[in-house]
Amino acid sequence: MLSRAAEAIYWMSRYVERAESVARLIEVHLTLTLDQPAEERQWSPLIYISGDEVDFRRRYGHATESAVLHFLTFDLENPNSVLSCLRSARENGRSVREIISSEMWESINAQYLGVLDATRTTVDREDAHEFYKNIRMFGHLAEGLAAGSMSHGEGWHFSRLGRLIERADKTSRILDVKYFVLLPSPEHVGSPVDDIQWSAVLKSASAFEMYRKKYGRIFPARVVEFLLLDREFPRAVLSCMTRAAESLHAITGTPIGSFRNRAEQQMGRMRAELEYSDAKALIASGLHEYLDDLQGKLNAIDDDIFETFFARRPIVRS
Amino acid sequence: MGGPQSGIMPGKEPRVAFASYETEGFYDEMIGPDGRPRPEAALLMEAIESLSTGDLRHRQRSAERAFLEMGITFNVYGDKQGAEKIFPFDLIPRILGASEWARIERGLKQRIHALNLFVGDVYGSMKVVSDGVVPEEIIRSAAAFRVPCIGMKPPKGVWCHITGTDLVRDVDGTLYVLEDNLRCPSGVSYVLENRQVMKQTFPQVFAGLDILPVDTYPSKLLETLETVAPPTRGKPKVVVLTPGPFNSAYFEHSFLAQQMGVDLVEGRDLVVFDDIVHMRTTNGFERVDVIYRRIDDDFLDPETFREDSLIGVPGLMRLYEAGRVTLVNAPGTGIADDKVLYAYVPRLIQYYLGEEAIIPNVPTFMCWEEEARTYVLDHLDQLVVKAANEAGGYGMLIGPHSSVEERANFADRILQNPRNYIAQPTLALSRVPSLFPEGIEGRHVDLRPYILYGDDIWVLPGGLTRVALRKGSLVVNSSQGGGSKDTWVVAASGPAQEQS
Repeated sequence: MLSRAAEAIYWMSRYVERAESVARLIEVHLTLTLDQPAEERQWSPLIYISGDEVDFRRRYGHATESAVLHFLTFDLENPNSVLSCLRSARENGRSVREIISSEMWESINAQYLGVLDATRTTVDREDAHEFYKNIRMFGHLAEGLAAGSMSHGEGWHFSRLGRLIERADKTSRILDVKYFVLLPSPEHVGSPVDDIQWSAVLKSASAFEMYRKKYGRIFPARVVEFLLLDREFPRAVLSCMTRAAESLHAITGTPIGSFRNRAEQQMGRMRAELEYSDAKALIASGLHEYLDDLQGKLNAIDDDIFETFFARRPIVRS
Repeated sequence: MGGPQSGIMPGKEPRVAFASYETEGFYDEMIGPDGRPRPEAALLMEAIESLSTGDLRHRQRSAERAFLEMGITFNVYGDKQGAEKIFPFDLIPRILGASEWARIERGLKQRIHALNLFVGDVYGSMKVVSDGVVPEEIIRSAAAFRVPCIGMKPPKGVWCHITGTDLVRDVDGTLYVLEDNLRCPSGVSYVLENRQVMKQTFPQVFAGLDILPVDTYPSKLLETLETVAPPTRGKPKVVVLTPGPFNSAYFEHSFLAQQMGVDLVEGRDLVVFDDIVHMRTTNGFERVDVIYRRIDDDFLDPETFREDSLIGVPGLMRLYEAGRVTLVNAPGTGIADDKVLYAYVPRLIQYYLGEEAIIPNVPTFMCWEEEARTYVLDHLDQLVVKAANEAGGYGMLIGPHSSVEERANFADRILQNPRNYIAQPTLALSRVPSLFPEGIEGRHVDLRPYILYGDDIWVLPGGLTRVALRKGSLVVNSSQGGGSKDTWVVAASGPAQEQS
């Protein structure tokens, strides 16, 4: 397919996924803060997860609830706000609307217009839950519409690739920030943990119920294992990368386990590393460093995908 | 009936009534001179009258929401705020009887046949000049005359594959051709989407009437494009070339590509080497055979036309000339859109086909002729003056609605460049009932049918009815506040008593 179109589909999906992640984080945090005394309510971790703290401090200063909510939801100067993400998803979608299905385009368009409409009214705390839930459900709708209304050819695989790489990145960020706040040093691993806070970490990745089914009581090492290394949970980093590799190899036709370009090579290495890791050892050798490195590798894979498929290649005469 | 008191009766909302509807002396497409609906409009009127005003307005609003959600929006040039607006849509359709339509269809086929021969002649042997039908200077001075196209021979001799001819009806019911659009006529996507929305809104009327379908257009278009491909091995590769998402007709470009199942490309996606037009794909370069280009001639190829074009493809014209790729419409067809040459079309039909024009032209004064110019300058307040080379309602003076200053300004322009201006009598355009918060009122309309030319000539039944929604306005262009209506070609008898 057209390189330009493939890139637009890839980014359309990434932005939809990013909007969903931001909405889910806010929704979980809104609920969490209700269980805390007013003076302990912290909104800054949400900014750390987004990675945009410099911009936020410069333009807003103190991380109050209303400032953080506005920054993450409606601020069009913040490229990672829900509204910015939906707008970018829509602009990319518009440029490939003849390739994605009409249903996909219309749902993205309607979602963007809906959130844009909400900027004109203020979202009350009473409506906030419903508002963010709606965006979260939209993420599922978009994924389902892609799976159910688009042929599972090259375009769909680029869409899936974008979504999964974005998802792996967000799960690792949630874990990084929360873990850092909740468990400053490895020695605390065995000590009693804040059940509410750790449940919130899992809920931020829609992982709470599935974790319970698998492990029951909450232990930090288990949470790390579940969010990073689980093979079945669809938001776990390993699970995301396994399916992302399927799509990457479906696009190129290279058998899994071998590689013909850097994107395939880097993704294969990362999967192998995750497949042979164990959570306790990762924590012992420094989880933050590990996650930092993981995010760097995800960025490198994104660059490789760009170079392999999207960049304007020089003319090669036949 | 109706009236304010019915509003307070439980369970009975006020109905939409045609009782107070006035045709005000205009030709009305729905209501005959006797105040009764025209035969093919009777069932529709019944359906509308059975609805309450609230219900009708509700349907109007859901139709508008449907357009917004489908992202069927239009950009207005020069309007910085209005990056996107929906093309206003009026729920009440325009109806054409099948027998009248049959005549229109014949007339359009005749006209396109002649115009295609004319364009081929202009860039070929110029017999039309040597036989004394059209003065050479009129052709050579047309802004859309393309010197690089001289000697070119498009496949099967077809230049204007896609045309959208504008028709208007005067007060006595006569239909005229107002303009020929042989360059990149837009609007056909609205025809298809309007029909989609109308089927959801008035299903019972569709069930009861024999309305000619429009859904075949994308298949016919693809067939046309494949028919004119250069000789290739296997299935020709067809693409739609767009200037990009910021173009006002982008929705249509992507819609047509989607409906035909072909790639929508921008200039930067195409590259010429090894005497082949290639598109850049994730898997390397792929050959392209037919380009349905929605880019004006001027921007197609910076090596041949405007050097500053950033949306074109360098080298494209060289390959087109060599017959390695087909461009649709062919470059150069804009010559037939020239408003001075328009005045010659009845003579061209006579010259090339030996026939009388089935659909007449609007009487036209050519300002470069001294006698006509004097008359035009003396009657500016009664005439419509048009610049010869502008489209979209720009560069136009509507005499009866103009100010003294505007008329003085146009008089100057005409004197400075008489070749560039024509004038026509102000027609009392026909009207169609349209829905407004205050009730139903008549609004002026035109009609743009779409004609495809591949192996033969095919006309899409109906076309786009554009409506001037502002009260009293005669300007139907979407860029000037116009809207659209669905257009139904209806057999008067209805399906129950089918007659052949």
